[in-house]
Amino acid sequence: MTVTAAARPARAARRTPYLLILPGLLWLAVFFAVPVVQLGATSLYDPNGSLTDGYAMTWSFGNYATALAAYWPQFLRSLLYAGLATAICLALGYPLAFVIAQRAGRWRNLLLILVVAPFFTSFLVRTLAWKAILADTGWLAGLLRDLHLLAPDGRLLATPFAVVMGLVYNFLPFMVLPLYASLQRLDGRLLEAAADLYASPLRTFRHVTLPLSMPGVVAGTLLTFIPAVGDYINAALLGTVRTSMIGNVIDSAFLVRLDYPQAAALSFLLMAAILVLVTVYVRRAGTDELL
Amino acid sequence: MSDLVLQGLTKRFGEFTAVDALDLTVPAGSFFALLGPSGCGKTTTLRMAAGLEEPTAGRILLGDRDITGLRPHQRPVNTVFQSYALFPHLDVAGNVAFGLRRRGVRDHAAEVARMLELVQLDGLGRRRPAQLSGGQQQRVALARALVNRPQVLLLDEPLGALDLTLTRRMQVELKRIQTEVGITFVHVTHDQEEAMTMADTVAVMNAGRIEQLGRPAELYEFPQTPFVANFLGQSNLLAAEVVERGAGYVAVRAYDNRYSVPAGRCRAAGPAAYLGVRPEKVHLAEAAAQVPAGHDSVAGVVTDWSYVGVGNRYLVRAPWGTELAVFSPNTGEGYYPPLGGEVVVHWDPAHAFLLDREPGAGDATTPVAPEPTGVPA
Ligand SMILES: Nc1ncnc2c1ncn2[C@@H]1O[C@H](COP(=O)(O)OP(=O)(O)OP(=O)(O)O)[C@@H](O)[C@H]1O
Ligand SMILES: [Mg+2]
Repeated sequence: MTVTAAARPARAARRTPYLLILPGLLWLAVFFAVPVVQLGATSLYDPNGSLTDGYAMTWSFGNYATALAAYWPQFLRSLLYAGLATAICLALGYPLAFVIAQRAGRWRNLLLILVVAPFFTSFLVRTLAWKAILADTGWLAGLLRDLHLLAPDGRLLATPFAVVMGLVYNFLPFMVLPLYASLQRLDGRLLEAAADLYASPLRTFRHVTLPLSMPGVVAGTLLTFIPAVGDYINAALLGTVRTSMIGNVIDSAFLVRLDYPQAAALSFLLMAAILVLVTVYVRRAGTDELL
Repeated sequence: MSDLVLQGLTKRFGEFTAVDALDLTVPAGSFFALLGPSGCGKTTTLRMAAGLEEPTAGRILLGDRDITGLRPHQRPVNTVFQSYALFPHLDVAGNVAFGLRRRGVRDHAAEVARMLELVQLDGLGRRRPAQLSGGQQQRVALARALVNRPQVLLLDEPLGALDLTLTRRMQVELKRIQTEVGITFVHVTHDQEEAMTMADTVAVMNAGRIEQLGRPAELYEFPQTPFVANFLGQSNLLAAEVVERGAGYVAVRAYDNRYSVPAGRCRAAGPAAYLGVRPEKVHLAEAAAQVPAGHDSVAGVVTDWSYVGVGNRYLVRAPWGTELAVFSPNTGEGYYPPLGGEVVVHWDPAHAFLLDREPGAGDATTPVAPEPTGVPA
């Protein structure tokens, strides 16, 4: 009697987690797993098919080689731009997150709202605003020319600088918020203990603050890097053909050239590249718990 | 080794004075206890010595060297924090090695191993702080500070979070370690028994000031102020007036009774005084006839009684309404009166003391038993 009474709640408790993840699993199955399989299949269709004639499944693994051969510069450029943007976001976001989390006192919430304030307008509008700011006839270019920091015929818009700037601006909040979350949990008494144990402020940062905020650094860099690699709006609006990223190529393959097998193959290559990079990075950063 | 000297050390938080012109010398190599009630400024004092809090005024010296302006990492002082503040991302050995590494000490592994052995944590070097018990964490915090061989080790209620048995064991260990390494320990506590068992010198602090400083026995046997008399143990303090300062004695009157105290045990400068006597120095007799010659006495009624194993605690109401605390050790001899019984309370005048009293202040006896129960008035 007592045995069954005790066993029943235990079994229910063991079932609860599965019940709780069921809706999420269903969602993922319908909106992630099925499309990914479909995309994988598309990437292996006969490249000679067309939307109007339909595609035949010919297991054309050659699609991948063709795509890579044609677009490896855009691949590399995407990784480079996204890497640069992530590094700049980290450099800008870490001090910002530290001050908000540890020093801001009653201004904390206001500052956090300011960090996410750009999200109140659309991604597209924000990027278009940068286009105006960086325009050849804009005040910024004019000012830099007057200060001789920019050649008389120099441009800000349509340069790699503009694209990376746009990425930094658009993804900075994704860096700041996870950093803030981990720095806000940092116990100030540990910093005092480090100082008491002969660590200068710089060494306290190196040996206590930074290691303890690593989960935030990893989460922030992933949340910045992954969407930045695949981004195409910044390159499209602020750059030129010479700065186009892999996202632009996929975009035009799907929507302009209507070359679905190649577009799918490029998407898969991008996914694989990100997966490999992220795995290596997280291993190196020593925060395996995230995987 | 050099003495730790605090000169006129003051800390104000806005209008509030947490530490008030503290003057203190902690002799090199001594075990010094800073004792006081919650909020009296103990932690603030330690934090200023460690450099974690900037004094509003005053100086801190190590021997002849003024360290007031030094940053925490520049001071040869280490702290065992009340909260331990162990680094969660480092294992035990990493925590203990932290200070040595920052000072660029080579070969710290051997030092760390030796220190872990000293605090009896050998074999636990690879564990994370979260995998240790409270007592083990406390010993890591101790080892992490001690391994640096600081000139002064500051301990901020390091035993506060431990249970009674572990506290007692750690007290013994701390004392043993201090004797072994010979480093100056400044130990903050609000546990008077802990302070008295461990320290060579005890300073009793109240409201940002040191009330009295001395050997534990000195403080206990002859307290300087009513606060010390009632913070370090308990005292019966009767409001009295000095009526005569004779050769070798001082006579007082309290509630129309005349009592005397040896001149050497009188700290009262003016006429208003407290006549003090410890509960365990007070005896009970069945009748006035049984009071030994030369003892001072008060007749009263037992209003409360509690048995605490090592003895019996009584409250005896004097004719004027004040209750006197009496502790009778459980020796199996002596008189153990019943509740409501009429008794005579008596003591050797040599055990009494006289303290200054604010004119107009009444009796300041702390009851031994928290809630007097029993016979109605
Ligand atoms: N940063 C601060 N700002 C304002 N007041 C403070 C600050 N730090 C401490 N105080 C006040 O100073 C007084 C002394 O504090 P402190 O921490 O030194 O007490 P303590 O003697 O260590 O007490 P406890 O035994 O409870 O630890 C307290 O009244 C406290 O409220
Ligand atoms: Mg304290």
